[in-house]
Amino acid sequence: MTVQILMPALSPTMTEGTVARWLKAEGETVTSGDIIAEIETDKATMELEAIDDGILAKILIASGTEGVAVNTPIAVILEEGDDASAADAAVTAATPTPAAVVAEPVAQAAAEALPSVPAVPVTVAPAAENIPTGTEMVSQTVREALRDAMAEEMRRDGDVFLMGEEVAEYQGAYKISEGLLEEFGGKRVIDTPITEHGFTGLGVGAAFGGLKPIVEFMTFNFAMQAMDHLINSAAKTLYMSGGQMGCPAVFRGANGAAAGVAAQHSQCYASWFAHVPGLKVVSPYSGEDAKGLLKSAIRDPNPVIVLENEILYGQSFEVPDDPDFLVPIGAAKIERPGTDVTIVAFAPVIHDQRQIQKPALYRGIAVPDDLDSLVAEGYRGDSRRARQAFLRTRINRVRTPLINQNRATA
Amino acid sequence: MTKQPTKKILQELHLKMVRIRRFEEEAGRLMEDAKIPGALHLYVGQEAVASGVMQNLNDADQITSTHRGHGHLVAKGGEFPQMYAELYGKATGYCKGKGGSMHVSNMDLGMLGANGIVGGGPPIAMGAAFANQFLETKNVSVAFFGDGASNQGQVYEAFNMAELWKLPIIYVIENNQYAMGTALKRSSAQPDLHRRGESFAITGLQVDGMDVMAVKAAGEKAIAHCRDGKGPIILEMMTYRYRGHSMSDPAKYRTKEEVAKVRKERDPIDHVRDMLLDLKISDEVALKAIDKEVKAIVTEAAEYAQHSPEPDPSELYTDVLIEV
Repeated sequence: MTVQILMPALSPTMTEGTVARWLKAEGETVTSGDIIAEIETDKATMELEAIDDGILAKILIASGTEGVAVNTPIAVILEEGDDASAADAAVTAATPTPAAVVAEPVAQAAAEALPSVPAVPVTVAPAAENIPTGTEMVSQTVREALRDAMAEEMRRDGDVFLMGEEVAEYQGAYKISEGLLEEFGGKRVIDTPITEHGFTGLGVGAAFGGLKPIVEFMTFNFAMQAMDHLINSAAKTLYMSGGQMGCPAVFRGANGAAAGVAAQHSQCYASWFAHVPGLKVVSPYSGEDAKGLLKSAIRDPNPVIVLENEILYGQSFEVPDDPDFLVPIGAAKIERPGTDVTIVAFAPVIHDQRQIQKPALYRGIAVPDDLDSLVAEGYRGDSRRARQAFLRTRINRVRTPLINQNRATA
Repeated sequence: MTKQPTKKILQELHLKMVRIRRFEEEAGRLMEDAKIPGALHLYVGQEAVASGVMQNLNDADQITSTHRGHGHLVAKGGEFPQMYAELYGKATGYCKGKGGSMHVSNMDLGMLGANGIVGGGPPIAMGAAFANQFLETKNVSVAFFGDGASNQGQVYEAFNMAELWKLPIIYVIENNQYAMGTALKRSSAQPDLHRRGESFAITGLQVDGMDVMAVKAAGEKAIAHCRDGKGPIILEMMTYRYRGHSMSDPAKYRTKEEVAKVRKERDPIDHVRDMLLDLKISDEVALKAIDKEVKAIVTEAAEYAQHSPEPDPSELYTDVLIEV
C-alpha cells in the first residue's frame, strides 16, 4: 500500500510552508517515528515524523522548495514488498502545488467569468506621508517588522527590556522575538512563568522603578488575567498620583480573531482597552504600521497597548529601513483617498476592505460606485480618537454583512 | 550596639509612632466632621510595624502600601500638611488631591502608593525590586500587605518570581487578625502566614508586631538579606488594629473587650514609652512635651489642608496621559 505524505498544517495559521530539507533519501527505509524532513512554517522549523513503516519511494517536493501549500503531497512511502510502480501511480495522482502559483490563476479565472466590472485600480498602500523621500524600503513580514522595532529600540535605550511567556529561549510563541535573546542576553529578554497577573504587575512596578518594559502576552486572551494591573495600576496611577508616577510600559501580543480556536482564543480587546482613560491603544495593520507604531509605543512615556494580529504576522509589506522611522500615535492613515464614501477600519479589517476592491469579489455588490472611492482608514489612536474611530467602525461593520449577503444571492 | 545609638533609635521610633497615631486620630475626627471625603482606613494600633521596618530604609528604597496606607507614608517621612491636603482632596496634596486616602504616594520618598486593590501592591513592589536588580542600585523594596491579601493569588505569583530571580524584596504581612470583618481562622486554611512562602523556599519569620524593637531587628535582618542578593524574605507581623476596618465599620465581628485587652496589654506606643522610662532615656514631662508638639503640628497641618484650594475642575483632564 502506498502512503502519500502531505504538507502538514503545523500551526492554526499555516497555509503554506517550506520543505527545508529531507533527512531521508529516496529508497531509504523509514520506521514510524523517524524524522524524515524539516518543514519551515510561519512560526518555526518543525520536524516531520514518519507515521508508517516503509520505504521512502519518491520525494515529490525537493529540499528548499518554498511556498508549498498545506495538503500538497510531498513524498510517497511504500510498504515493504510493494511494487515500485505503485509509487509512480501515486505520483501521477499527486500534483505539486506551490501555493503562490495556484492562487492567482483561480482568481483570474473567476474575474474573467464575471460580467463587466468597473476597473478598480488595485494599488499598493501609499507610503505614509511621514516616510521621507529616498528612504530605503525592505520587504518584511509584520513579524519581522515587530522584531526589528524592538531590537532597534533596545539598542537605542538600555532601560528597554522584553518579558513574557516564551519570549527568550523559545524565540517567541509566534516567533516575534527571534534572535533577541542572542543579541541582548538574558538580562533584557526574560522568560516568565505563566502568571499574567503577577508579571504584568511586575512590569508596572518596573516602569515605576525607572525601566521601560515591553510585556508580551502570548495572546491577549491571557491578558484578561492581568486586567487588574493593566487598568487599576498601569492606566490609573498617573492620575491618582497627581502626575508623579508615569508608567512607560508597552503591553503587546496577538489579538483578535483566529481560526478554529473557539471563543476563549478568538476575541478582540480593542474596544475594552479603548474605553480606559490612561491607556493608549494601537492596532497596526501593515509592516510599516507595526514597526513605526511599536517603536513609538516603546518611546512613549505612557502605558501603550499594542494589539497585533496573528493572521497578519506572516504578511509581507514594504517597510522603511530606518531606525529613526516612527509612526505617530493618534493619527489616522489614509490607505486610499477618495471623494464619496469613507470606510473606517483597523488592523485586519483593513486587509478585508482592500480585498473588496479585487474584481473577483465584486460580483453582485450593489454599490460599485461607492466602492470606487473606497477609503480604508487605519486608526491609530489615543483613547479619545479610538472611541471616535470605533463609532465609525461599527457603522462600517453593519454594512459588511450586507455586502456578503449580496454576494451570496447574486 | 552602644547605648547612645539605642537611645537615639528608641526616641526616633517613639516619635514616629506618636506621629502616626496622632495623625490618624485627627484624620478620624476630620472624617467624622465630614471634612474629609471618601473612605478612611486608620492604622491605629499597627504603628510599630511601619515605624520599625522603615527605620532602616533609605528614601531610595521603595515601598508599596495598602488601603490602610497613611502610617507607611508617615514612617517613610511624609509631611503632614501635604498628607492631610491629600486626604481632603485639595490641590496642595501630595497627589494634587487626585488620589486621596487610598492612593497617597510620593515618589521622592520611594512611596509607590497606597493601593485600593487588596493584593495589588506585592507584584508592583516586586517590579521595583526587579528594576533595582536590573539597575544594580542595591536598593530594596518592601511590600506591606495584610492577612486578607495573603490569600490573593497574585501574591503567590509574586512570591514565585521574586524567589526565581532572587529579587531584593521584603514581603511584610501585617497580620492584624481581621480581613475587614473576617477573622483569620475563618479565611485562612493555614493561619501561620510566615509559612506561606515555604513552597517557594522563601524564608519567613514571625515577629511581634507590637514590639517596635523586634520589628526593627527583623527589618534589619531582612534588609541585609536583600542587599546581599539573597532574594526575597517574608516577615509576618503579629499586630492589631484598634479601629474598624474603615470609619463606617461597627466592628461587630469582635468584642469591645478584645480590643480593650490589646490596647491595655500590648499597645506598641505604651511599650516603647515604658522602655524610655525604664531606661531613663526620657521622663513623663519630656514625653508629654513631645505629644503636645506633635498635636500642634497635626492641628497646623489640618488647618493648612482645610484652607488649601480645591483642585481646579480642569484638573479632571490632566495627568490622564503624559503629553508627548
